Amino acid sequence: MKLLLTGNYAAAYAVRDAQPDVISAYPITPQTPIIEKLAEFIDSGELKAKFVRVESEHSAMAALIGAASVGARTYTATSSQGLLYMYEVVWWAAGARLPIVMGLVTRALGPPWNIWSDHADFFTVRSSGWTMLFASSAQEVYDLTLIAYCVAEHRDVLLPALVAWDAFEVSHTYEPVELVEDATRLLPPKGAWAPPLAAEDPASLGNLAYPEEYAETRRLMVEAVRRVPLVFAEAAGRLRELTGRDYSRGYECYRCEDAETVFIAMGSVYGEVRSAVDALRARGVPVGALKVWLYRPFPYEGVARVLDGKKMAIVLSRTTSLGAMGPLATDVATALALKGCSVKLVEFSAGVGGVDVTEDDVVAMYKAALEREGGTYFWRGR
Amino acid sequence: MEERAFDTGRRPVWCPGCGNYGILIAVRRALAELGLRPEEVVVVTGIGCHGRISDYLKVNAFHTIHGRVLPLATGIKLANPRLTVIGHAGDGDAYAIGLGHLPHAARRNVDITYIVHDNMVFGLTTGQVTPTTPLGVRTKSTPFGNPERPLNPLLLALASGATFVARGFSGDVEHLKELVKQGIRHKGFAFIEVLQPCVTFFNTYKELKEKVYRLEDEGHDPTDFEAALRLAQREDRLPIGVFYKVERPTFEEAFAHAMNPPPALRRLAPPDLSRLLESFR
Ligand SMILES: Cc1ncc(C[n+]2csc(CCOP(=O)(O)OP(=O)(O)O)c2C)c(N)n1
Ligand code: SF4
Ligand SMILES: [Mg+2]
Repeated sequence: MKLLLTGNYAAAYAVRDAQPDVISAYPITPQTPIIEKLAEFIDSGELKAKFVRVESEHSAMAALIGAASVGARTYTATSSQGLLYMYEVVWWAAGARLPIVMGLVTRALGPPWNIWSDHADFFTVRSSGWTMLFASSAQEVYDLTLIAYCVAEHRDVLLPALVAWDAFEVSHTYEPVELVEDATRLLPPKGAWAPPLAAEDPASLGNLAYPEEYAETRRLMVEAVRRVPLVFAEAAGRLRELTGRDYSRGYECYRCEDAETVFIAMGSVYGEVRSAVDALRARGVPVGALKVWLYRPFPYEGVARVLDGKKMAIVLSRTTSLGAMGPLATDVATALALKGCSVKLVEFSAGVGGVDVTEDDVVAMYKAALEREGGTYFWRGR
Repeated sequence: MEERAFDTGRRPVWCPGCGNYGILIAVRRALAELGLRPEEVVVVTGIGCHGRISDYLKVNAFHTIHGRVLPLATGIKLANPRLTVIGHAGDGDAYAIGLGHLPHAARRNVDITYIVHDNMVFGLTTGQVTPTTPLGVRTKSTPFGNPERPLNPLLLALASGATFVARGFSGDVEHLKELVKQGIRHKGFAFIEVLQPCVTFFNTYKELKEKVYRLEDEGHDPTDFEAALRLAQREDRLPIGVFYKVERPTFEEAFAHAMNPPPALRRLAPPDLSRLLESFR
């Protein structure tokens, strides 16, 4: 079935199709339409979940931690300040190995107060153990949200997962979205994983662990995270069989094969990047583009394979990098270094705080990158 | 001072008929009638429609993050007790995400005035349930009706030891202005809960107008704590006015010996040039 949906509604439909048991959230622009739609689905009976209306994002995640620790399928969504307010329990959810799924509508951090897109919020949780996916269209929001459940609840993983997308350009923009006819063919059956607490087998969660015990919990998390790409690829493979849409590598390449320069981006700006690639190609400039879907764990190998032998990589970071390259550019640099590739790396902070980035901007970035040394630059427009 | 002195000249973006207009006018008039100068006043606002008031009041303004009006205002007051510090919060800001601060500011008796714009809904995020939304009300996050009993902010403030507890109504600007004046004059934590319709997402104007009456009209002794507790629980009608008032030492006074002068009032001593001058002898 095809529907005209915003990115936020696409998330709500995916959640409806995943049928979580418990949803909890606190409103924040631009996330609000997701939870309002979910409240409607519950009202109409299409979704049989308990909706816990809480007094803050911290409590929202805490409520899901409670629910998931006894085996419930859960969902929350937030943005910006909301994610930061939730921060303490975001890490807790990962440490407790709870397969919570969260939507993050990326939005700038204050001050000053700004409700438009910026990926600063997203990057703050990049080492927490959450599987992190980035969607750049309403269709991807729908698909990746379903995949997030598959990955999170897989018994080889059991870690929370989040799906992020841009404020307004994706969250509030209507696009045709094809739904999966029968999501149960994609998702694991409910209750297929063993929660840490169960009535028949009393246990405790969160107690004091001595250094060796604590380190062991983290070692096990590291192992679980290593298994994510495979589990992700399996789930994406099932989705491909049902729909033909393929996310299995965790990233998409566009006209990269014979390219000398590759743009790397996440989110809605990728549309402009693709147009810029076509425009430059039309003038005979060999460029390509790579879009990241699976941000954590980062697909170092795959990205390095794409970039190996290229002359230049241009990373578009929708955040301000302060004191170091931005996280996405740093990840690309790591991918290159691990493979011993020498590719000129240029990062542009662009689209910060919701500023529009157009095809012309991207073309201009290409020219600027040729002239400049490798490094990170703040894009102020043409 | 004239009311105009506190007007930034910016046109409010609130919906026509919103209760925030009444609160804005009451506060401007109160400041003017108290003879305060804009530079002597600091307004701290939370996040929400109410928070936009910092754009329209010509005073020092600090638009903080959601729920953190009170700790910020406390810090400002401690750093410079000579300032008149007023906090503006919404019901979501004050009673949901930021509720933890209310009892503490109250028991500490920081000399600030805390005005809560209670429209019983999250206005800015377009109308979801808050802790003061009445039982059964349909909002965007409760399409099936609010299943939760609301919080009683006046009872909470009284129980927490607030030394000035009042309720106003945005539809009675003159009365509200007097409350704000009394709150500012009060030495200690002044809590003013203001009933305010959100005409767009929860229009309570008619109902409030009918239910509200002035405490003065029926006679109430604001030093009578028990009576205040009783009145705060009235639901058939909604009293507005000063419920309770008592004098107690303020938080700043407790710090006076340690921070004298307070940090913001410290002046650097003039540099000692005598040795330098000596070298020229
Ligand atoms: C940590 C955090 N969570 C959520 C939000 C989103 N948010 C902005 S305003 C608001 C509610 C405002 O309601 P209220 O305080 O009652 O103010 P009103 O708009 O009704 O005046 C919320 C939840 C935020 N800014 N920060
Ligand atoms: S949404 Fe409600 S509170 Fe906000 S400005 Fe409009 S009427 Fe006022
Ligand atoms: Mg409100």
